[in-house]
Amino acid sequence: MSSTPTREVARRAFADEFNDAHYTFKESDDERAPLYVLLPTGEQANRVFVVGTLTETEDVGDDSEYWQGRVVDPTGTFYMYAGQYQPDAAGFLREAEPPHYVAIVGKPRTYETDEGEVNVSLRPESITEVDAATRDRWVVETAERTLDRIEAFDDEANEYARMVEEEYDLPLDRYREAVVDALESLDEESAAEPADGV
Amino acid sequence: MSDTDLRTHAEEVHDQFSDHLDVTVEEILDRLETLVGEYSVPVDEARRSVVSHYLDEAGLERDELGGRGGNDTVQIEDIDSAERWVDLTAKVVDLWEARSDAVGQVGLLGDPTGTIKFTAWAKSDLPDLAEGEVYRLQNVVTDEYEGRFSVKLNRTTTVEAVEEDLVVGDNDEEIEGALVDIQSGSGLIKRCPEEDCTRVLQNGRCSEHGEVEGEFDLRIKGVVDDGTEVHEVIFDREATEDLTGITLEEAKDMAMDALDTTVVADEMAADTLGRYYRVSGPTMGRYLLANDTELLDEPADAESVLITARSIQ
Repeated sequence: MSSTPTREVARRAFADEFNDAHYTFKESDDERAPLYVLLPTGEQANRVFVVGTLTETEDVGDDSEYWQGRVVDPTGTFYMYAGQYQPDAAGFLREAEPPHYVAIVGKPRTYETDEGEVNVSLRPESITEVDAATRDRWVVETAERTLDRIEAFDDEANEYARMVEEEYDLPLDRYREAVVDALESLDEESAAEPADGV
Repeated sequence: MSDTDLRTHAEEVHDQFSDHLDVTVEEILDRLETLVGEYSVPVDEARRSVVSHYLDEAGLERDELGGRGGNDTVQIEDIDSAERWVDLTAKVVDLWEARSDAVGQVGLLGDPTGTIKFTAWAKSDLPDLAEGEVYRLQNVVTDEYEGRFSVKLNRTTTVEAVEEDLVVGDNDEEIEGALVDIQSGSGLIKRCPEEDCTRVLQNGRCSEHGEVEGEFDLRIKGVVDDGTEVHEVIFDREATEDLTGITLEEAKDMAMDALDTTVVADEMAADTLGRYYRVSGPTMGRYLLANDTELLDEPADAESVLITARSIQ
């Protein structure tokens, strides 16, 4: 291995799957070792790339600004949070006029509510406004990557799939159905707006 | 000595004289065969004799052969015909084992536009080329076999080692993915103006030459990610202008207005981050050097993925 740390891949997952990724782990005892969430289709994620519709922004901070953004894909909603340590992202959400499409590169974060529920959210590294073509491409790409993971799930060497069997009790087929729904929603959109060039 | 070897010699001699004399390969072969077959003259002596004969006929000196001085300097991708005398600067990418004693060296030459096979004849008495070195080759002749071009180094070729390295275009890679990061050191930058030093200045300082008056340039160090692999891509000024639509002059104006150079990178990020691109170019270490960049804004093919999604049990 080289001495420079390799950059983590930005995984592609639909909101439906991302929000189920409750289990987090590190791969070494080093305090600064990267934190991963375990995707239920059998992959680790330290970074994700998401494209969807920004539908709502809200400053949920008490003393200082802490911005929440809701980003919707065909399967559900991603929640992202940006505060003083993500000034560019916080600035973007402050100025944003939803709804419009956004692309987000970010880190998955989990937190446990007082009721003991685990919520998964995104801490953005960057947010940019994008167009519908980019969003559609992301849906297709995310569908492909998700299917790749589902198809690799039964490989004996797939350590993250085995981890999923340990940590989760979720039916895999549900994520395949979400992929089908997401792709069908693209079809319906293009059928509903045949002349829409946006 | 087989007939085909003799024919090769005849073709080479023909190449050497084709600009000067109206002589066919068959005529030359005939002369060679007479000397080698009937008089048992060694082949290089025979060839020398034949060349001398035609030199006399054409009224040329030996070192005038092959259109020396009047050659075009070409890039490898421009080589698209046989029997042209050309000059080129290229790097020895690979050396192969010669399969015939007549061949001194055979291998692959490369320049930024591509690669091409080369052959140097044993009898041409040329200095050996070293793998990984760059040479200025003058007076080589092009050849073609089944649509593939090559160059032949011959007796009249001059070989001159060149100090500078060059990027070979054959290891071009093409990648697709989302631009997920623009790293520090991108946008409007300043480079050290010292000769042969193009280091990017940090706070007005060059790590080699100290405080210098820098020269403005554009660059993007980006990360393209397809969800399974990460590629670091460098866009030089031309590629950056192409990617962002912001020219160096416009970037300077933007920085001047804002009294800050970072506005340029911010603006570039807002226009490009999160979009999908197809990028191709040569690789250098861990970097891909962007030559061609295309925004992927055509509709993605959902139908075939949907078929797969439905078929998985």
